[in-house]
Amino acid sequence: MMNYIWGGMIVFSFIAAIFSGNMQSLSDSVVNSGQDAISLVIKLTGMMCLWGGIMKIAEKSGLTRVISRFLSPLFSKLYKNVGRGSKTAEAMSMNITANLLGLGNAATPLGLEAMRRMQEENPDKTTATEDMIVFVVMNSAAMRLIPTTVATLRTQFGSASPMEIMPATWLSTAMSLLAGVITAKIFSKLLNNKPRRVIALKRGFSK
Amino acid sequence: MKVLGAVVLPVVIVLIIGAGLLRGVKIFDCFLEGAKEGLITVKNILPSIVGLVVAVGMLKASGGLDIIVKFLSPLSGITGIPEEIMPLAVLNPISGGGALSMYELILKDYGADSYLGRVASVMMGATETTFYAITVYYGSVGIKKTRHTTLAALIADFTSFVASAWTVRLFFGS
Repeated sequence: MMNYIWGGMIVFSFIAAIFSGNMQSLSDSVVNSGQDAISLVIKLTGMMCLWGGIMKIAEKSGLTRVISRFLSPLFSKLYKNVGRGSKTAEAMSMNITANLLGLGNAATPLGLEAMRRMQEENPDKTTATEDMIVFVVMNSAAMRLIPTTVATLRTQFGSASPMEIMPATWLSTAMSLLAGVITAKIFSKLLNNKPRRVIALKRGFSK
Repeated sequence: MKVLGAVVLPVVIVLIIGAGLLRGVKIFDCFLEGAKEGLITVKNILPSIVGLVVAVGMLKASGGLDIIVKFLSPLSGITGIPEEIMPLAVLNPISGGGALSMYELILKDYGADSYLGRVASVMMGATETTFYAITVYYGSVGIKKTRHTTLAALIADFTSFVASAWTVRLFFGS
């Protein structure tokens, strides 16, 4: 998909430049973009190293484990076939905690482990289970306590208070997460009940 | 809001360092290890950032971005998301690098503490690249039928976009 989107952006720009007569500035932008990309990454590099280092200390001092222990009971309620204190629940809550702390590197392997454990219990190996759907949706709605990347860029562009957006971010993420999980649950219910209803109807007819 | 914003980072860092010291963790060695991992992440995302900064830069310079903004502006009226932010909302679920370079463009054009800058910031902080998460997580275990995952994830994204504009108005006025 990315192939078409990326290609589309470039071809569309070229066509737009023909009609608007902006060919010179399009050309200039190509020449400058490489440099712009590097300067964008350089702006973020320092913070990514710093935060990676700080969060590694958090991980090694057991902070991730403490937070994840708080989240774990919530998870066994949210997921149908994930037992309280099971290895799956542990991997899940560690994954979400790592996301909360902005530990992208640590979060992905933990999430993949949770997926692998859910897949072991999955009767149909090519179809996602209800729990998997909720889990992937939770991962795609990023819950991050401290938005370091955003704050770094805000500082670079002269924000007087780069972190002031934090409460708004939390509220938005929470609403997004809620909407995603509710949708997942509702559709799982609808789709799971369908076959049963069909069977009930058929039985009704045969009588 | 300003006080909270100023306090949060130093407090979190001191708490973590303190916890590390109490637990007898070799904090500086740990720090170096984590920082090195951060550097590796940067190295890994660099190529895709270059590709997408070029594409977003071309869109902007050619006037193509203005066309897209105009095209999406009716949606902006319905959802309350400012039309200048709509391209960011569209790119956000698809491409992390694309969203990042679009975000930088918005900060550059309108400033970080403007209404638009704040809405874009909340949007960036409140979402993850949805399609990337779906591909990686299902791909790892060989799931082909993802059922209503994409629908639920996109509804979550959409909610966060609308909420970004709404929460910024709530906390800062517009």
